[in-house]
Amino acid sequence: MINVVADVGLLCLLLTVALAIVCTRSPLSLVLLSGIYSIALCTLFVILDAVDVAFTEAAVGAGISAILFFAVIRPEDEPVTAFSWPSSRAILLGLGVGVLLLAGTLDMPMYGDHLAPAHQHLALRFLGQSFEEIGIPNVVTSVLASYRGYDTLGEVVVIFTAGVAVLILQPDNKKGPAKPGDRDRFAPELMGNPVLKTVLLRMIPLVVLFGLYVQFHGDYGPGGGFQAGVILGAGVITYGLLSSATRLKRIISDKWVTLGMALGVLVYGLVGVAGLFLGANFLDYSVLGPTQTAGQHLGILLIELGVGLTVSCTMVSLYYCFKQGES
Amino acid sequence: MSFPGLLNYWVALILLVCGLIIVMDSRNLVKKLVGLGIFQSAVFLVFITLGKKSDGSAPILDASVSVYSNPLPHVLILTAIVVGVATTAVGLALVARIRRAYGTIDEDEIDDRPEVEPEIVP
Repeated sequence: MINVVADVGLLCLLLTVALAIVCTRSPLSLVLLSGIYSIALCTLFVILDAVDVAFTEAAVGAGISAILFFAVIRPEDEPVTAFSWPSSRAILLGLGVGVLLLAGTLDMPMYGDHLAPAHQHLALRFLGQSFEEIGIPNVVTSVLASYRGYDTLGEVVVIFTAGVAVLILQPDNKKGPAKPGDRDRFAPELMGNPVLKTVLLRMIPLVVLFGLYVQFHGDYGPGGGFQAGVILGAGVITYGLLSSATRLKRIISDKWVTLGMALGVLVYGLVGVAGLFLGANFLDYSVLGPTQTAGQHLGILLIELGVGLTVSCTMVSLYYCFKQGES
Repeated sequence: MSFPGLLNYWVALILLVCGLIIVMDSRNLVKKLVGLGIFQSAVFLVFITLGKKSDGSAPILDASVSVYSNPLPHVLILTAIVVGVATTAVGLALVARIRRAYGTIDEDEIDDRPEVEPEIVP
């Protein structure tokens, strides 16, 4: 009952925020509104039992993507009028699409229906046999890392490719060591603030520690390489935001970050090839250890490490690129 | 168990239409990217709703739980979210590049203005 009430409430919040985004013209408000939208969506995912997804949405939607948007918007983009209705042509076209989709939803299974086709066959098999075959309680991780290992490898390559694309797109600033007085729009006046200083000194180590916990506990609870990578990346980027990108680059140079992006994909691929050499299929971890489940454990640990490395390094690399494009 | 019935899908549908309207109507490139994000999130909502079982629990095996929601849509959407932010970043990098070349990120102004800083993309 309480779930249904929360579901309806959050759906209303999502609708309100989405309509506000349609009518808002100011980029700053847009970014803040989409942060609220992400938080509401991630709470809704928790209610719909998708804890791993909620975790990712919270770290990505409300964390990283806001940082990326903030790096691109400028005060001079703020329009004179902050509010406008969309044109009637767009609304009409949207309504047309909406009616077609509405017709399509009418034969969908009802909310929470146990007999829905999606819950038969594969889902039952994964829920019933994954513990025997893989040996870890989090079924989402079993499916993600082992049963659908190919698919996840593809996703990691997509993230890597996106990171490379942003690196290629960044403007070619003159090479050379960064000047000490590098432009940092917010940093100097921020550091006088005791709250931000505490965040810088005390919170960031905790965020990084939490990221590592999520990385290695992903077999047993919600979490895994994708979430951990985003959390670790967010922790490191927060340091850059509060001090300066130049100081962050002195700790983690951009060369290492780029290397880490590629290394993660390499680790993932090599684990797959190791299976081939030991006489099994590509990405079959069962042969990596003395027993099937031990091999699966090792394989999942290694490929999650690869995923975490690529994702976190890509996030930091994105931040560096946008920071460089700004100056 | 008739309520909420199909409500989740209908809200996802409205969100999708909102995203579509933003992408079609807005002339600001940053807003277009936010619209794409909303469009995408509507699809996420449909998938996750499909995976929900009433009185189900998160798909983490435990002796005290008997009904689990479907883990398959969770896997698909989890990776889709991270890939989504990576592709959004590519879009933002393009926007930043357009700003360098034209000095604005508004499509109407881009149409009017000559390139201020002609660049050859390597």
